[in-house]
Amino acid sequence: MDVKLKNLTKKFGAETAVDKMNLDIKDGEFVAFLGPSGCGKTTTLLMTAGIYKPDNGEIIFGDRLVNKVQPKDRNIGMVFQSYALYPHMSVYENIVFSMKLQKKSKKEMMLEADRVAGLLGIGTLLKRKPGQLSGGQQQRVALGRALIKKPELLLFDEPLSNLDARLRITMRSEIKRLQRDLGITSIYVTHDQVEAMTMADRVAVMKDGKLQAFMPPVELHEKPRTKFIAQFVGNPPMNFFDVELKSEGQNMQAFHSKFTLNLDSGRIPGRGGKNVVLGIRPEDIAIDPSSDIKAEILIVEPLGRDDLLQCRIGDLDISILADPKEKHRSGDMIGLDMDSRSFQFFDPESDQSLLWY
Amino acid sequence: MKLKRDNFTLLSVLTLIIFTAPIILGYLWLFISTFSERTYGLKPVDVDGNLGGFTLKNWAFLAEPDIWLITLNTFLLATFLTMGVLLISSLAGYALSRVNFRGRKTFLSMTLILHAFPSVTLLIAIYFVLRFISDIPLLGALFGYNTIGGVVLISIALQLPLGIWLMKGFFDGVSWDLERAALIDGCSRWRCWWQIMVPQIKPGLAALSIFSFMTGWSSFLIPYTFLTKGNKAVLSTYLNAMMSSDTVSIQYGILAAIGLFQLIPILLFYSFTQKYLMKIFSGGSHGGV
Ligand SMILES: Nc1ncnc2c1ncn2[C@@H]1O[C@H](COP(=O)(O)OP(=O)(O)O)[C@@H](O)[C@H]1O
Ligand SMILES: [Mg+2]
Repeated sequence: MDVKLKNLTKKFGAETAVDKMNLDIKDGEFVAFLGPSGCGKTTTLLMTAGIYKPDNGEIIFGDRLVNKVQPKDRNIGMVFQSYALYPHMSVYENIVFSMKLQKKSKKEMMLEADRVAGLLGIGTLLKRKPGQLSGGQQQRVALGRALIKKPELLLFDEPLSNLDARLRITMRSEIKRLQRDLGITSIYVTHDQVEAMTMADRVAVMKDGKLQAFMPPVELHEKPRTKFIAQFVGNPPMNFFDVELKSEGQNMQAFHSKFTLNLDSGRIPGRGGKNVVLGIRPEDIAIDPSSDIKAEILIVEPLGRDDLLQCRIGDLDISILADPKEKHRSGDMIGLDMDSRSFQFFDPESDQSLLWY
Repeated sequence: MKLKRDNFTLLSVLTLIIFTAPIILGYLWLFISTFSERTYGLKPVDVDGNLGGFTLKNWAFLAEPDIWLITLNTFLLATFLTMGVLLISSLAGYALSRVNFRGRKTFLSMTLILHAFPSVTLLIAIYFVLRFISDIPLLGALFGYNTIGGVVLISIALQLPLGIWLMKGFFDGVSWDLERAALIDGCSRWRCWWQIMVPQIKPGLAALSIFSFMTGWSSFLIPYTFLTKGNKAVLSTYLNAMMSSDTVSIQYGILAAIGLFQLIPILLFYSFTQKYLMKIFSGGSHGGV
C-alpha cells in the first residue's frame, strides 16, 4: 500500500511540531525518518497511526483519505522504543491480542501465533511474561504483535534504541530482511544515521518539524541538499570552513586565510556569491607530506579500522581519517591533501547546497 | 564477616521490637482482657485479684440479634463505599491523567482543596442535601436521609478527592505507548481502560480499596449523624454507646471484645490485598517493561 502525506501539520499549543510535511511513500518501500531528537519524527508517525489528529493536511493510504479513521481501522502495526508489551499478559496473549479483539477462533490464533513466532524465533517464549524477557526478546515479541495482523503499513519508532550495540546490528539486518521478505510498506523513525542509511530504501531527513530531503541513502550522502544534511549524515561528520572563490585564468580557486585550494572543473558551484562554505568529509582528506597545507595533530582517536585525527590549521579545526599503521601522534605536523572532487559548497546564509538543488 | 551480619540483623530486630512493643502490648492487652473478668497489667485476674478469672461473658454481645444487623450495616456501608470509590476514582483518574479537556487543571486543584475540608464543616449542608433527595420518589427511599444508601453516597463523595488523586497518580505512571499499542491493536477507549490500563494500577486499586474499606468500616460521624437509629446504626456508634452510657460503669472487657470484633474484617481484608500493597513500595509490577 502506498502512503501519501500532504501538507501534514501538527501544533502543540504555539509550537509547531510538524510543519507542512509532504511525502510520497511507494508500496513496499522502507522509509526512514531521520533527524535529531525533538524534530517531529514521532509526532509524524503517530499522526500516520491515527493516535494524533493532524491540525492540517492529509494522510492518504492507497487512495483512501484516512485522517478521520480510527487507529484500529487503519490496518497498521507499530513497534515502540519502549516495546510497550502488555505486562500482565503472556507473550502468546500479547501477540494474539489483536486477533482476540477481532473475535477470531482459538485455532486460528494458535496457527497465526505459530507462524509469527517461527518468523521471529520466539516459539519457546510464548508462555512467559514480558517481564521475564530480555530487551531483544521483548522487541521481537513486539514485532510479532505488529506482524500478526498482516498490516499494510508497519511503523517503527526507534525500536532498537534501548538495545545494546551488538544486538542492534543483528536486529537491524533482521528487521530489514523481514520487511523485504514480507514486502510490507514501512516507516522507520530513528535519530541514528547509520540505522537510516543501512536499512532504508529512502531517507526522509527532518529538522525542526520540516522535511529537509527525501532520497536514497547514497544520494543523501553524496549530494546533501543542505548543510544540515551534510552535517547529520556521515560519520565522522563533515568538516566545514568559509572560503572565498576567485577565478585564476581557467581555474577556480578557493581562498582560506591559511591556504588556497584548486577546484575541480566538474565541481564548481552553479550559483551563489563569492563567499561560500566549503565542506569536505574526513575520509576525503589524505595525508601528503609534500602538501603545502600543514596541520598540527591535536588528538588521535582510534576507531579500530581507522584513526580519527583532530587537527588544527591556524584557528581552523579539521578532522581526518588516517591509517592506524602510520602511527600518528598528537603534536605531529602533517601535510593535508583535500580531494577537490569531493568538495561540497553551501550558501553561508541559507545553508542551501550550491551544487545540488 | 558472617558474625557481623548476624549482629546487624539482631540489632535491627531489637530496634523493631523496641519501637513496636507499645503497639504489640496494647493489642495483647486487648486480646487478654476480652477473655478475662478484669486485668491487672497484662495479667488476667478474677474479682478478688487472683490470677485466673477466665470468662466468655465479654463476648456475650455476639448472642444478641442486634449486633449482627449492625455488623451487616457496617459491612454494607464499607463494601458499597469501597466499590463506589474504586469505580468512580479509577474512571475519573484515567480521564484526568489522559484526556485533555477544558477545566482539567481547575478541577484537579479544586479536588485537592475539597480534600482539605474536614467533613464536620459540611454536616449541616449535607443534611439539607439528604432531605432534598428524600423528597425524590424512588431515589429518596434508597439514598435519602436516614438510609444506608444516603450514608454511602456521602461517604463516597468525601472519599473521592483522595481516590481520584491517587488513581490519577497511578495512571500517570503507565506508559502512553502501552495505550497507543492497545488502540492500534483494535481496542476502543473503554476496552483499553479496562483491559490494559486498570491491570497496570492494581497496587493502587488495592491501596485505595483498603483505605476506603477501613474508612467505611470505622466511620462514625456520618452514620451517627444521618442514621436516626443512632447507637444501633453501625459498629462504631454501638461502641460509642458502650463507652458513654451513664447508667452503668464502663465495662472495659466488653468494650475490648467489641473493639477486637470490629478489627477482624480489617485484618482479613488486609491479608487479601497486602500482596498488591507491598508492590507499591517495591517499585510496582512492571518488571522491566
Ligand atoms: N503530546 C505532546 N504535547 C506537547 N508537545 C509535544 C507532544 N509531543 C511532542 N511534543 C513536542 O513536539 C516536538 C516534536 O516531538 P517528537 O515528535 O516527539 O520528536 P522526535 O520524535 O523527533 O524526537 C518536540 O518539541 C516536543 O516537545
Ligand atoms: Mg521520538
